[in-house]
Amino acid sequence: MTQAFAFDVAHMFAGLLVLVSFMMLYQDRLLPLIDALTLHSLLLAFSVAWQAYVQDKPDLYVTAFIALAFKAIIIPMAFRRMVVRMNLHREIETAVGTGITMLIGIGLVALSMDLMLRVTAGANALVREDVALALAVVLLGLLMMVTRRNAISQVIGFMSLENGLILAGTGARGMPLVVEISVAFSVLIAFIVIGIFLFRIRERFDTVDLQALDNIREARR
Amino acid sequence: MIFSALNPVLALLATSLIGAAVLALIPDYRLSARLNILFSGAVLAFAVTLFYYRPPTNNFLLTDDLNVVFIVLNALVGFTTSIFSASYIGHEIETGRLTPGYLRFYHAIYQLMMFGMDLALTANNIGLMWVAVELATLSTVVMVGIYRTNDALEAAWKYFILGSVGIALALFGTILVYLAAVSALGEGMDSMAWTNLLHRASRLDPSLLNVAFVFLLLGYGTKVGLAPMHAWLPDAHAEGPTPVSAVLSGLLLNVALYALLRFKMIMSANAATIPVGPLMITLGIGSLIFAAFMLYRRRDIKRLFAYSSIEHMGIIVFAFGMGGPLANFAGLLQMTMHSLTKSAIFFSVGHIAQVKGTQRIADIRGLTASHPVLGWTLVAGVVAIAGLPPFGVFMSEFLVLTSAFARAPLLAALVVFGLLVAFGALLWRLGGLAFGEPRGPTTPVTASYLPIFAHLALVFVAGFYMPGPMVAWFQNVAGLLK
Repeated sequence: MTQAFAFDVAHMFAGLLVLVSFMMLYQDRLLPLIDALTLHSLLLAFSVAWQAYVQDKPDLYVTAFIALAFKAIIIPMAFRRMVVRMNLHREIETAVGTGITMLIGIGLVALSMDLMLRVTAGANALVREDVALALAVVLLGLLMMVTRRNAISQVIGFMSLENGLILAGTGARGMPLVVEISVAFSVLIAFIVIGIFLFRIRERFDTVDLQALDNIREARR
Repeated sequence: MIFSALNPVLALLATSLIGAAVLALIPDYRLSARLNILFSGAVLAFAVTLFYYRPPTNNFLLTDDLNVVFIVLNALVGFTTSIFSASYIGHEIETGRLTPGYLRFYHAIYQLMMFGMDLALTANNIGLMWVAVELATLSTVVMVGIYRTNDALEAAWKYFILGSVGIALALFGTILVYLAAVSALGEGMDSMAWTNLLHRASRLDPSLLNVAFVFLLLGYGTKVGLAPMHAWLPDAHAEGPTPVSAVLSGLLLNVALYALLRFKMIMSANAATIPVGPLMITLGIGSLIFAAFMLYRRRDIKRLFAYSSIEHMGIIVFAFGMGGPLANFAGLLQMTMHSLTKSAIFFSVGHIAQVKGTQRIADIRGLTASHPVLGWTLVAGVVAIAGLPPFGVFMSEFLVLTSAFARAPLLAALVVFGLLVAFGALLWRLGGLAFGEPRGPTTPVTASYLPIFAHLALVFVAGFYMPGPMVAWFQNVAGLLK
């Protein structure tokens, strides 16, 4: 296998991640958005596995597995259940305006390319483009978080952003595993926190009994 | 040496972690409140031993003159807050705002949060430090939402979202620092150890470091509460339980600042990087002036003091941005004084809000008449935080200004302007709160005044006397910071 081929495949995965990030940006329904997240995480898992193979770092397979199991299977499933249970699946997202969001997104990708390719001039070619594309994924995730009002889509934005971070972490040659695993775990922790909150929020705003309780408490204050 | 058998840093970290596990298992809230004090006290004891004995540095943990100051301050305020918390939650149980089940959770998370902060302060590994800051942040997120009111959940959500953005930017910055180090230090753990990075700073790639620092400044700066990334801070302070507000203002902001200072040291050690001072000065003065004006329009007493924290973090970041021995010394002192004073104020405010049953400033009047001890400690605290003599904050602000006037009079004038604006707002609000005809319930309050008195006494003494060894220590640290 030639080195050029290794680079090309790595860049293809990273580029596809950016593409899926754009798909998430214009997706205005929750269920397709969750599908896009699944695809995003799946691509990340492939990308990390490829890096593990190319860099000959078997420990990265663990990270790939975590991405696959938690982010491409368990978490999307949990989200799906949540959306169906809360009866949100017909909900249409109101974003800041898809056209403008997409334009800003393109601008962010151009910015991250220009910035990272310039400052990583000293690093090797594999690292350079991966980090540049990873920054693009991170910024697109951020953009999604700020342009969405719905809590679930904000969390999905956050998770795509974390995918970008892991892409950067695995792209940086030989970065110790400690960080990747902790990132994966942090996503998990974050998810638990979020899960609790989402249910609580729903509970407070929609269940009549609790609402009534709340009103009594407010009145007593 | 008796200490050499026992590594105080590991002992300190283990105590909080075991504390979290034990407190998660105990259903009785009275017992767990006492145990919380006990664990926090043990952490303080271990922290103090660090003055006499330093465990050896490895790729994961580090103790030097800089972080011992932060660790001891962290442990001290953690301990006094646990005492305050014990009397505070008794009242919350009575009024039914919290149930014993939630308190079990609350105490466990309290220790977990202390663990996260102590780990962040002792970590020698920039990745580990990031994980620890994130752990501390996530645990405070759940604490902020513990009352389960709409406002509390909204505050926790906002904190979570903005905190995550900060976390992401900081991690990206951390990865870039690693990339900058790989060619000089090789792959693996060595390139993440902070001591190695500092030692070989001149060989790291300067352009990568520059970009990395911008990400780190925005990322950790979000947690320091610098404007314009401060939006989470007032909500989180106002809606969470008051002990959490005290710990957030007194400690968590410092921990994030500490992370920034570590990276600033690497930047300063590499001559080819951009100077980071101007970036920090801009954010610092911006936060100071912005927060000072925002103080005028606050209606909620905890929100008022939350903005005052933004103002003070602005001054501190400004001081460290100026750099040099005197400004760094002033910054360190300001940070210490702010932590002690602000937590004392939150202790008072917590009891005041409980006895009055409200956080609305308009509904609280004449505290010195209705609750003399709470009223006068609040007066003392606000006078101190506004920077009036004879308190320690006056000393540190005076030093910040002296060093600034000597080098950049125009910037110093901006700082003076911000300080005066904030000063006016605080004293104006204080007049209504503390004096005049009492309004609202005047029932006596069961409070533990000890933590408030202890903090105010320390700040008061620091106003005109600082022990020689402490001055020498701070000077040494100021020198380390460059």
